[in-house]
Amino acid sequence: MKKPVAPFLLLVFLLLFPLIFTGEYYQHLMILVLMWVAIGTGWNLISGFTGQVLFGAAAFFGVGAYTAALLSSKLGLSAWWGLPLGGLVSVAIAFPFGWICFRLRGPYFALATLALNEIFRHIATIWESLTDGMIGILVMQTFISKIPYYYVALGIAILSVVSVDLVMRSRWGYYFVSIREDQDAAESMGIDTLYYKMVSLALSAFLIGIAGALYTNYMGFIDPKVVFSLHDISIMAILVGIVGGVGTIYGPTVGAFIMVAVQEIFRTGGFGALHAIDKATGWPFVAVLAKYISEAHVLSFGVLVIIVILFLPNGIVGDWRLIKNKFVKSQKPLG
Amino acid sequence: MAFFEVQDIVKFFGGLAAVNGVSFSVDEGQIVGLIGPNGSGKTTIFNLINGYFPLNKGEIWFDGETISGLKTHQICRRGIGRTFQVVKPLKRMTVLDNVIASAFLRHRSRSDAVGWAEETIEFCGLTHFKDKIAKSLPIASRKRLEITRALATNPKLILLDETAAGLNPYELEEAIALIKKIRDSGITIIIVEHIMKVIMTISDRIIAINHGRLIHEGTPTEVASDPEVIKAYFGEDYRA
Repeated sequence: MKKPVAPFLLLVFLLLFPLIFTGEYYQHLMILVLMWVAIGTGWNLISGFTGQVLFGAAAFFGVGAYTAALLSSKLGLSAWWGLPLGGLVSVAIAFPFGWICFRLRGPYFALATLALNEIFRHIATIWESLTDGMIGILVMQTFISKIPYYYVALGIAILSVVSVDLVMRSRWGYYFVSIREDQDAAESMGIDTLYYKMVSLALSAFLIGIAGALYTNYMGFIDPKVVFSLHDISIMAILVGIVGGVGTIYGPTVGAFIMVAVQEIFRTGGFGALHAIDKATGWPFVAVLAKYISEAHVLSFGVLVIIVILFLPNGIVGDWRLIKNKFVKSQKPLG
Repeated sequence: MAFFEVQDIVKFFGGLAAVNGVSFSVDEGQIVGLIGPNGSGKTTIFNLINGYFPLNKGEIWFDGETISGLKTHQICRRGIGRTFQVVKPLKRMTVLDNVIASAFLRHRSRSDAVGWAEETIEFCGLTHFKDKIAKSLPIASRKRLEITRALATNPKLILLDETAAGLNPYELEEAIALIKKIRDSGITIIIVEHIMKVIMTISDRIIAINHGRLIHEGTPTEVASDPEVIKAYFGEDYRA
């Protein structure tokens, strides 16, 4: 079998990245990309490969983040313990949740995960004696430089992609895809569909929970609105999966690059281009546009999803051949 | 105790008794045909045996143990495989992957599962479709894939639900040959079928049902000449 070259080249690039691009801003963006690789890959396991749409990735992300933060603020331990523990606490929530809610199929399950997301956001907000509510939790950062965080994030991203790749080649992988393709057929083939959906969700929750703990360590501050955010975490996770390619190993990796870039372009008004135009020309509408565009990044997500679903229903990785053909065809005259 | 026995099973859908007090038994190594007009409850009986629907009443025995109340996947593990009338291929997987997923039930390592899957595909004559995506197959091969996937779970009893419907005469001959080959390999078969040519040539015994009740049980010739059965299929006017 031919080994794909692209992932290997990407890995080399990522290993050398902080040595080439020493600007803190670019390193920060790349840490976010790597974090989203882990979240997107986790999301893809349960939603892309097993076919159970997870609309509440933020539930596991936030639980992982709060596990790390509470270890530090309540127990005085290093928040880095949150990496393994945040993953495990997420699993501890995913398992019983799956046992109850995997009796629901299709959109009903998706809605249940949305509810899980909201439940945890409210718990974190209301239980002030534990979480300090909306005030949030501050954690002392370990490093001043971004580079250690970068390599931890890279390690987590690699862990998630490699582990999902391994799982998908195993018996579990066959079972997950069978469940996605036809649950009744899978059940009559002797597959305990309830149990294997729980296994898949637990693995996803583990990866997403670790990413949440990384976020706490890296950002040094969390509050319920940020880590349990529906649009910035849960929906972003879905977008990373859909744009990159649902049910492909490297799809979420590609999706993470694109989505973090899109988010950043909107947040900064085209990397500050709009502000520069505003300053240079003094046109008042540019200033207004800059203000609204940075607030409208969620709207841009919607537009992007429509475009992807219309033209690349299998995502960029899933429809790569289609993209390549289009590109090649445009160079060759027809006939 | 018979190898497989259904005792007085009842299934209500709302107020409608889809299956109402059916009992029959099957000996090991037999092919038993289950016939009846449309809507008489044949597929419902399969769905009850395989645990897809829970029973309202009655009991099902298999290999010396009761299987009523077990889940579908547990029943499959006990050794009952089934095919679906409306085929359910795992569409976006290749034929081989479809069968591998099934073979994993008794073969834990990947190489064993692949080996057994390839053997089963060979047995069912699907080898040249092995690497095709399941949704691209023609209907005859999809029906065959259903059988292959059920066989890959190493069943002792297999339930075939209209595996010959929609096939042309040549494919029909092939299907009959395959069913006989499965029986010769030592697997007991219960088959639902509308095509009389199939059911008459291969069945050792036939069970006829109508309106969820058993109306006759016997050899193919006995059943074909039974007035109740003829009435069920053709109505009062054709009473012999």
